[in-house]
Amino acid sequence: MTQVIGVPRETFAGERRVATVPEVVERLIKLGFGVRVQSGAGDAANFADDAYRAAGAEVVADAAALWAGSDVVFKVRAPSVQEVGLMRQGQTLISFIWPAQNPELMQQLASRKVTVLAIDALPRMLSRAQKMDALTSMAGITGYRAVIEAAHHFGRFLTGQVTAAGKIPPAKVFIAGAGVAGLAAIGTAVGLGAIVRANDTRAEVADQVASMGGEFVKVDYEEEGSGGGGYARVMSEGFQRAQREMYARQAREADIIITTALIPGKPAPRLITADMVRSMRPGSVIVDLAAEQGGNCELTEPGKVVVKHGVTLIGYTDLPSRLARQSSTLYATNLFRLAEELCKGKNGVINVDMGDDAIRGLTVVKDGTITWPPPPLKLPAPPLVVAKPASPPKAAGHGQTGAPASARATAIAFFVAAALFWFIGAHAPAAFLAHFTVFVLACFVGYMVIWNVTPALHTPLMSVTNAISSIIAIGALVQVAPPLEAAVERPAAWIVGLAVVSIALVAINMFGGFAVTQRMLQMFRK
Amino acid sequence: MSATLATVSYVGATILFILSLGGLSNPETSRRGNLYGVIGMTIAVLATVSGPHVTAAGYPWIVGAMLVGATIGLYAARVVKMTQMPELVALMHSLVGLAAVLVGYANYIDPAAASQFTGAERTIHEIEIYIGILIGAVTFSGSIIAFGKLSGKIGGKPVLLPARHWINLTGLLAVIYFGGVFIGVHGVEAGMMPLAVMTAVSLLFGIHMVMAIGGADMPVVVSMLNSYSGWAAAATGFMLSNDLLIVTGALVGSSGAILSYIMCRAMNRHFVSVIAGGFGTGGGAPAAAGAQPAGEVIPVAAAETAALLREAKNVIIVPGYGMAVAQAQHAVYEITKLLREKGVNVRFGIHPVAGRMPGHMNVLLAEAKVPYDIVLEMDEINADFPDTDVAMVIGANDIVNPAAQDDPSSPIAGMPVLEVWKAKTSIVMKRSMASGYAGVDNPLFYKDNNRMLFGDAKKTLDEVLAALKT
Repeated sequence: MTQVIGVPRETFAGERRVATVPEVVERLIKLGFGVRVQSGAGDAANFADDAYRAAGAEVVADAAALWAGSDVVFKVRAPSVQEVGLMRQGQTLISFIWPAQNPELMQQLASRKVTVLAIDALPRMLSRAQKMDALTSMAGITGYRAVIEAAHHFGRFLTGQVTAAGKIPPAKVFIAGAGVAGLAAIGTAVGLGAIVRANDTRAEVADQVASMGGEFVKVDYEEEGSGGGGYARVMSEGFQRAQREMYARQAREADIIITTALIPGKPAPRLITADMVRSMRPGSVIVDLAAEQGGNCELTEPGKVVVKHGVTLIGYTDLPSRLARQSSTLYATNLFRLAEELCKGKNGVINVDMGDDAIRGLTVVKDGTITWPPPPLKLPAPPLVVAKPASPPKAAGHGQTGAPASARATAIAFFVAAALFWFIGAHAPAAFLAHFTVFVLACFVGYMVIWNVTPALHTPLMSVTNAISSIIAIGALVQVAPPLEAAVERPAAWIVGLAVVSIALVAINMFGGFAVTQRMLQMFRK
Repeated sequence: MSATLATVSYVGATILFILSLGGLSNPETSRRGNLYGVIGMTIAVLATVSGPHVTAAGYPWIVGAMLVGATIGLYAARVVKMTQMPELVALMHSLVGLAAVLVGYANYIDPAAASQFTGAERTIHEIEIYIGILIGAVTFSGSIIAFGKLSGKIGGKPVLLPARHWINLTGLLAVIYFGGVFIGVHGVEAGMMPLAVMTAVSLLFGIHMVMAIGGADMPVVVSMLNSYSGWAAAATGFMLSNDLLIVTGALVGSSGAILSYIMCRAMNRHFVSVIAGGFGTGGGAPAAAGAQPAGEVIPVAAAETAALLREAKNVIIVPGYGMAVAQAQHAVYEITKLLREKGVNVRFGIHPVAGRMPGHMNVLLAEAKVPYDIVLEMDEINADFPDTDVAMVIGANDIVNPAAQDDPSSPIAGMPVLEVWKAKTSIVMKRSMASGYAGVDNPLFYKDNNRMLFGDAKKTLDEVLAALKT
């Protein structure tokens, strides 16, 4: 029995997005699902009902029928009270929920005995969760749109130009908070030709700012502000003072300020005071992306554009919705990726596997039980620690195993080695055993040392070991003219001849080997 | 110098040799590592020459021989091209092998050397001589053949005699039989015959063994011969009861063995199957398995390649033996430098068996002054291909063959490969559509996002460079 995914029309006032788009409908159908879309769901995002029909979706006239006939509902905004009332037992809802901010909604959902996956509760630090990270894709759009809105309200070009009509200086844009939205804003503003500076309490994002073409402005205070999961945390008093000074300085210089500072579960930090706004040049623009959470700027009015002290303050809280076609497409793809994870069998039936870290984090209500917040994730070890390939110790020192041996093969190797050692111990004379000890130990030393050699240096390694194997010269040296007890008959000429030829041959190797190694190693440079 | 002083010097030399190998663990310390090796060798030679086993009568001989060898060696080291390193190393292995044979013979015909041995000790001493010469001879002839193959004097294709495993087995039995004869007889003259026969058999065995190994397996052979030259030195050490020789030989031997193991693992082949020779077990018949890859190859010109590179943000270059043959590493570096100045992130992905000896590509790139921190190993870079705009394959084939992952019936199935096809675009530079050493067709060439840039690597790269500069 394949399941039906239902996509209702968003009911929140002014919401233009839709939870799936025709292109993704086709891919959902390939996963085995049936897809139903409420008539007019995609209108505001320029996706007509016919386009959904052409992609294979069934278009349903009203919301009640859609909710009743769907096993899984894809939504953008958290459901309204009416929508929760339409839900039935066993249904699964996937949308933004914001469980921390909406405890009553959580209770209502739980009482309907449904399963709810909150796309905003995704454990973002899991790298495999990135493809489902709707917060990131929405934040990227927000950052882009913030610059576009600012440019729209800003009375000048963003890019500097020298024209016949005079020289135009480039606009200076300051971006507070270099998260996904901040970085997208940096990229967009740079693309429009502005000079972009950015700040973030997390020092590690400086490189990311630079990579987008922005300049990172430091706060002159030593403190690390990374709060885990890619979010910032609340900073100390001393740091905040230093930060205020820096913001005041930036406010005097900047033409456009875009603030994106958010701390999860807390009101947005007040970064831009009324005084700073007053210090800005008339015609400047502030875009406050934290307006919904109280605003980074004191004077912001959520959802509105206001002009105060000659500065335009943009407090829109629906920037992704203002780019509805783009954000719907990205959101739909995020949800499709999630559907893939939920439906590994590609059989059109979802399986909310609570053993999967990503799915566990997303699931806030499971069959009527509130499962939020999830248990803390066990973060994987940092990828810097590369596991050394485990190799079984070589039993006799010079065995060349082709693959890591199984326990049984290792046992056999040890048994053979033991037998060999017993045989040697039982029969060989003491003098030989002393040499044998040295030999076996040397094999192990070699084994240990060589594994540390970096593969880039394998050729010099061979060349140097080759040079070192010229040590065989000693064998020849001792034969040239050993101190002889008198009266030993020996073919001296032959021996000397052989030994001298050996010495000459080995000397080629000795000098040539070391010299060529040196020549090679000289070339390795950073 | 007294015997005790000489022994202490040997201990010092041993430590220096170990430090020398340890120093090669990274490029920063590697030059110091080589210096340790030089000092260790100097101490060892001086301690021996001034020690109790060498009288003044030998000095002229020793100095003369050393001078001759040193001149030749230093000259060779100075003129050798970096692309010829595998040949040089193989040739040098043969010298160690030959020296081991000569020292063995000299020791055997010297009655003074064995005078203090009796009974079991004498038998062991004779076994040591026998084994020392055996390993030396195999190393010698094997290395000569490897040299011939690497320098192109002998064809790279495996030469597979009928019933070659039986020939090897017969050789082994003969060696064991004559070993028994050798130990049984008394007197140098009587022992000479089995010794000589064994030497001849070993030489033939060495030739036969390396002849049967294909060109793509050469890295294994070179490192294996490296290992053998070490074991030959160790065997000589046993023969002369010299611990320094034993230790050093064992170090070199295990080093070569580990390198061979690493190379085998990089090709997903078993050591025995490489040594047994040929590709596959079916008598080396050309592999006909696997579906013929379908589709068209899309050729590009140098100008288009330059355009692709110029627009890319991330580029990974995968060099192979073709780059070495064409001596294209300098052109590669020029392109790299140009692209890096334009802000393109250019890196190199090196497969462990790219080229004809372990680390061959690294040496060539180092010679062209490519900084080693952008030259990455396969494991380090394979995950980055999906984020790469252009992956440029220069004269490599089997190490970028997706069939190793996709096609279980492919002869190279399971071999780890560089996943260039995951890049947005891959460009393969090749002289023609001929298949690689493994004789396997490469489905990469037929992929939609792959482009073929035909021609000699050096010449084509120069064209790309010129197009980039305009």
